[in-house]
Amino acid sequence: MTLEESEHTYKKIGKITFGMMSPKFIKKMASAKVVTPELYDKEGYPVDGGLMDVRLGVIDPGLKCKTCGSKLKECIGHFGFIELARSIVHIKFIKEILDLLRCTCKDCGRILIPKDKINKHLDTLELVGAELGLSNRRKKVSEIIASLKTITKCPHCKEKQFKVRLEKPTTLLEDEKRLSPIEIRTRLERIPDDDLEVFGMNPKAVRPEWMILTVLPIPPVTMRPSITLESGERSEDDLTHKLGDIVRINQRLFENINAGAPEIIIEDLWDLLQYHVTTFFDNEVAQLPPARHRSGEPLKTLTARIKSKEGRIRHNLAGKRTNFSARTVISPDPKLNINEVGVPMVIAMKLTVPERVTEWNIKFLKKFVEKGAEEYPGANYIIRPDGKRKKITDETKEQLLEELQPGFIVERHLCNGDISLFNRQPSLHRMSMMCHRVRVLPGLTLRLNPAVCAPYNADFDGDEMNLHIPQTEEARAEAEVLMEVQTQLISPRYGLSIIGCNQDAISGNYLLTKEMKLPRNEAVDLLASVGISDFSGFSAKAELTGKEIFSLMLPDDFDFDGISRSVHSDDPDHIVKIRKGKLLSGIMDKSNLGEGSGLLLRNIHKQYGKDEMVEILGKIYRLGNEVLLKYGFTTKLSDTDLVGDAEGKVKLIIDAAYQDVDRMIEEFHAGTLEPLPGRSFAETLELRILERLNKARNDSGQVVADTTDQTSNTMAMIKSGARGNLINLAQIAACVGQQALRGGRIDKGFEDRTLSCFRKNDLGPDAHGFIKNGFKSGLKPHEMFFMAMTGRDSLMDTALRTPKSGYLYRRLANALQDLKVEYDFTVRDASGKIVQFNYGEDGLDVSRTEGGKINVKQIINSVK
Amino acid sequence: MAAKKDKLTHILVPVHLKLSDKDKKALMEKYNVDIKELPKISIKDPAISHLDAKERDVIKIIRKSSTAGETVFYRGVINE
Repeated sequence: MTLEESEHTYKKIGKITFGMMSPKFIKKMASAKVVTPELYDKEGYPVDGGLMDVRLGVIDPGLKCKTCGSKLKECIGHFGFIELARSIVHIKFIKEILDLLRCTCKDCGRILIPKDKINKHLDTLELVGAELGLSNRRKKVSEIIASLKTITKCPHCKEKQFKVRLEKPTTLLEDEKRLSPIEIRTRLERIPDDDLEVFGMNPKAVRPEWMILTVLPIPPVTMRPSITLESGERSEDDLTHKLGDIVRINQRLFENINAGAPEIIIEDLWDLLQYHVTTFFDNEVAQLPPARHRSGEPLKTLTARIKSKEGRIRHNLAGKRTNFSARTVISPDPKLNINEVGVPMVIAMKLTVPERVTEWNIKFLKKFVEKGAEEYPGANYIIRPDGKRKKITDETKEQLLEELQPGFIVERHLCNGDISLFNRQPSLHRMSMMCHRVRVLPGLTLRLNPAVCAPYNADFDGDEMNLHIPQTEEARAEAEVLMEVQTQLISPRYGLSIIGCNQDAISGNYLLTKEMKLPRNEAVDLLASVGISDFSGFSAKAELTGKEIFSLMLPDDFDFDGISRSVHSDDPDHIVKIRKGKLLSGIMDKSNLGEGSGLLLRNIHKQYGKDEMVEILGKIYRLGNEVLLKYGFTTKLSDTDLVGDAEGKVKLIIDAAYQDVDRMIEEFHAGTLEPLPGRSFAETLELRILERLNKARNDSGQVVADTTDQTSNTMAMIKSGARGNLINLAQIAACVGQQALRGGRIDKGFEDRTLSCFRKNDLGPDAHGFIKNGFKSGLKPHEMFFMAMTGRDSLMDTALRTPKSGYLYRRLANALQDLKVEYDFTVRDASGKIVQFNYGEDGLDVSRTEGGKINVKQIINSVK
Repeated sequence: MAAKKDKLTHILVPVHLKLSDKDKKALMEKYNVDIKELPKISIKDPAISHLDAKERDVIKIIRKSSTAGETVFYRGVINE
């Protein structure tokens, strides 16, 4: 045990009881009685018995606390108290006071329940509390209270009861006559401890008469420090102002009572004191005008300090803020490396890295200081060994440069290659926050390589991301070793590369490896733009195939077998075959290069490691982009044209479907339709119509797929898996198809029909949301309505589902967060209880597998 | 009798076996655990009604697993 530890006393908390402070307790915990509203004497020294009494803590440097003897910052402050001249109602307990008065006898103070029934109520409360929990117990209590309000005769002493009414905010009326706080207090005092339990109060912690204040605790000065303005004037905290009012009125009330002033004056002062005490607790009580500064701005008193978004809880406790961080809109930059982040110049000049001056780097760091804060790359601050922080300005620069010596710290601007943490919310998995190298760029957005969009789940429709700059060597090392993009390539979820090619990178490589042939000079040009400068081992042929060019991205000893998704299985290019780093057959598409698909990237990672893989992936990615950049790539409207007799074929298919549906409807009306097992006639009809119409849509889609120009750019994107699918194309070119709402055809709207342009009880395809037109030919008005219906439905669905599934995920993550795999492969929770006997039942670390499996064959081969 | 057989041969009910005292001791030593740290199974669980299990017995469950093919799991019998 270290010395520091041995000095501490450790205690285990057995339980916590919440209760109220009794007047006795308030006096006991107070270290000073406040008797005067004055704050400071002529010398500016705090007055004894004033609100800034030095016994309540110190806020001036140099002064010592009279209670604990410590100086500023060491003394946490001490409570004081004031004796109130007359009792005051505590605004926060007014509802409880009202309940208690209504449900107890005005004379004997007993609860308005007959003696024999009190225990019965207590038993039910006990039962409800044990079985259904505390909140249900509270509900039961309020039910009991509600049932007692109307009783007009005390079951104990037979005294007649009057109606008690609350005149907001703090006045209580009995039979329309005002009850003074003193009367209320005597009544509450009469309530016996045993009866309190029925109200859900623990008499050991709460006595109802404590809700009427006779003494008021004065918070320590440390929680209401005064500020000294530049002019030397003191400006007091809002709470001090309010307390000053209370003390002043309280003193006046004392004087008037002692002098035997007329009752009316005393009453007025009493009301005023009530107002001040009420606003001290809560300055936003509905019926009271808020207490204001002279400027007219309302005072921030106790309640305002705690509640709402700017309050202590949500602002200071739940909400933490970070220094050395930045947040802006993100945009893509495929020329960046995958592990880089583009940082705008303005941000790079605000965020700094502290660097300690040594003999060896003093020259280097002096250059930063010379440039100052306004010029990049400069420095903003110098920290002297004694901890003093000096801002670098034109005036101080010369002096600081002379002063600078080993042991100082220079806070220099962000430079290329600095380590940063990059994050996008919601941070759902560990890849949501990765370590990137800084690259300072012009512009105002944070830039990232589009290949890392997948782990962040980012797009560029206005997404913002956060950047953090670690400030210590330890933090930087940790970020670099544990969080750098390289270390996050393989997903721990499914054991494949989560970062891969997307969009242009896929379609570019697809076109290149499919059939492209390039003259030698163009090939060199292309490779140079990807960043390859070593052409020593380059083929001397005059013309190169795309496959040969792609092969140059791969290591020389790389072997791989896979499958292309883009061509049919009888095509020789269906099989991807890589031998000795040469792509012999196969086309590079999404199933090989894509995110989380195929073993190509996974095998590269396994054979050559993370750094090599990032290098190779970066090259492949840029190659795809450069191919498109050099040879042009666009999608055109005529890509979606129906050629030849395709249009007629589509029409035939849809007409045939319509006829079939009509026949089914006729059968249905004739009663000859064969019902499906477990379905009614109407249900059977619906299902069969749906089935038939979906077949029509698929068939017409097939026609489109077969007849369109297979070499078009649109088809290239679809086949390579870069973007879009056949259904998208079919919906544009031929037929949008059936619009479905809750798993069936649209069946909502007017009486017996979906829209008023149809006949009642029309069961045909058109009347229930089948859209036979394609997007290009345009939708009929009724089709547009149906489309809008399903569109709105899916929009609502996603809008409602996102927060719901997010919360579900959060609860799951919180429930599982301290599960851990032990050295004996068991999964256990924090208390050592076993959850699984073998992690994942197979004991495999998924991130070390290939798609969740281990390729034993390959291991044996590699050993041989 | 017929009902008992039905539920035990159902495709979704894995094989439940009671561990002998010797096996139980070996298991506890292997994982260095007390019976309280094992996953639980109620004494009233229908799947072990035929085993005549008592509190603090250990039930061995052999079930199919999508990752490992077949896997064994142990549960301590509780009476609550």
